[in-house]
Amino acid sequence: MMNASMHTSGQAAAKGRAEEAPQPAVRSRFRAKMKVVKRYRALLLMTLPGVIYLLINNYFPMLGMAIAFKDINFAKGIMASDWIGFKNFEYLFKTRDAFIITRNTLLYNVVFIILGTVLAIGLAIVLNEIKNRYVSRTYQSIILLPHLISMVIVGYLVFAFLDNSNGFMNKTLLPWLGFPEISWYSEAKYWPYILTIVHVWKSIGYSCIIYLAAIIGIDQEYYEAAKIDGASRLRQIFSITVPLITPVITILTLLSIGRIFYSDFGLFYQVPLNTGILMPVTQTIDTYVYRALINLGDIGMSSAAGMYQSLVGFTLVILSNTVVKKFNKDNALF
Amino acid sequence: MNDGGKWYQGFLHGFMIVLSLLTLFPFVLLLSGSLSDDNEIIRSGYAVIPKMLSFSAYEYLWSDAADIVRAYSITIFVTVVGTVAGLSIIALLSYPLSRREMPFRGPLAFYVFFTMLFNGGLVPTYLVYTNMFDVKNSMLALLVPGLLMNAFYVILMRTFFATSIPPAIIESAYMDGAKEFRIFRSIIIPLSTPVLATVGLFQTIAYWNDWFNGLIYITDPKLFSLQNLLNRILLDVQFLQTSQDSIAMGTHIPLLSMRLAMAVIGIIPILIAYPFFQKYFVKGITIGAVKG
Repeated sequence: MMNASMHTSGQAAAKGRAEEAPQPAVRSRFRAKMKVVKRYRALLLMTLPGVIYLLINNYFPMLGMAIAFKDINFAKGIMASDWIGFKNFEYLFKTRDAFIITRNTLLYNVVFIILGTVLAIGLAIVLNEIKNRYVSRTYQSIILLPHLISMVIVGYLVFAFLDNSNGFMNKTLLPWLGFPEISWYSEAKYWPYILTIVHVWKSIGYSCIIYLAAIIGIDQEYYEAAKIDGASRLRQIFSITVPLITPVITILTLLSIGRIFYSDFGLFYQVPLNTGILMPVTQTIDTYVYRALINLGDIGMSSAAGMYQSLVGFTLVILSNTVVKKFNKDNALF
Repeated sequence: MNDGGKWYQGFLHGFMIVLSLLTLFPFVLLLSGSLSDDNEIIRSGYAVIPKMLSFSAYEYLWSDAADIVRAYSITIFVTVVGTVAGLSIIALLSYPLSRREMPFRGPLAFYVFFTMLFNGGLVPTYLVYTNMFDVKNSMLALLVPGLLMNAFYVILMRTFFATSIPPAIIESAYMDGAKEFRIFRSIIIPLSTPVLATVGLFQTIAYWNDWFNGLIYITDPKLFSLQNLLNRILLDVQFLQTSQDSIAMGTHIPLLSMRLAMAVIGIIPILIAYPFFQKYFVKGITIGAVKG
């Protein structure tokens, strides 16, 4: 409407008004926007609880990361505490802890990703080969069960196995095999294996379901054609199934690489029963931050370690997403 | 898919049966340990089948059930309130984000999804919840931090709203004079039961199993949820003893089997409910994987 009236008026007049023209245009665009906002104000209102929650739960802590550069003194209050630059980070990286927690977090994750992926795909293929769908689904439900149990309960289950004096391993399995008893909760060398087994046991059902869904989605005609050509079952698996689910494998793997700087706090804290002597192999960035904060009350060190994790973690998420995007735009996170 | 021979199918079933038994084995060990006599446990350890069946662990727990009942009530309360509140907040946020004509839709979506990429970490979160909002040792500490909602559920729901509800329905309701809240309540919600059930199920399990909030924000044992009580008993052997001492001075307490009996009581509800909800759970995982 506005435009139309401007066109009908003379050229000279339009030119003359050119200087003052932007303002009414901006105002009218603003007014138009306000009109849309007013029309949809109910929808905007609906988002409010969620927006406020994310502000408190996620955005305030992001701003709060600044405390890593402070010498927190509760007597002065957080705001008034002195800025000390990178001192907290210097302290952190001077300790051996920084190396140990980074190494543990990365190594466990690498093993978990490789082993978890291979086993989950293998299991998904086996489940798909089973003709009786009902029974196959029952197996699937059983291997998913550990996923639903809290890590505290997992701690109990592992304890029933490994308890030094009454556990199943020391009282039944090891004597039966003719081995001497092992005091599991004080020997660090066994724990990388124990934690890996527990992790696989707990998480394989979940990833198996995702791979199984991908396999079921494969067009049956490929298999029919392969059969006519005389391909063996093994050949079909490696020449049809695996290549066709490769996009899913790639994406899930890249997503877990994006989270390689994070660890499952429960697995590394609850399952070893918070045992000090096992820490060289059970301490990860997450347990370190927790212990420095809650047990030692060392805000400087724990916030520095937390920020280190957040920043490297963020970089890795962005990197892995860029790679996912290269492979398949639809599967990228953003 | 492949019409394998009988031997081949038999082999596959055999393999899966062994694997299933291995998966379930720890649960069997836990259950039978809780049903064993303590002297028998000391003699031959936690056994697969209890040599001397004994319910004394459960009898003792029953005789002083106050702690368990309180922890159970707290867990149930937190699970119900948290799931309902969380589900409402998630739905209210996801629905506008699914409407193409919503103003500020892009910035709002970014605001939500950025939280998936970056987070402040434990320390600032802890300080926000303890210094800015004094949630320490309160029910809010079990309900709010981290669990109430997250961007992943918002994606799940927004996708459902955007793909499964025809915009024409919303438009015609609007033409008929229905207000946005009315449309949301009377049209969107009834049409969205599958996704509400899925997210609700995820939320229920997350609240039921949560021990982390209790671990960092709760120090008063009176406010322990079930998982926190279990956690305390497992990490601190003395805890069970001291809490039982008052009623059973001098008598023999079956501490070993009682510990396991506590854990059994903790998982029984999930084990009973699992056959009924596992179908929806599996479906939820597959939907989540498609866009997540």
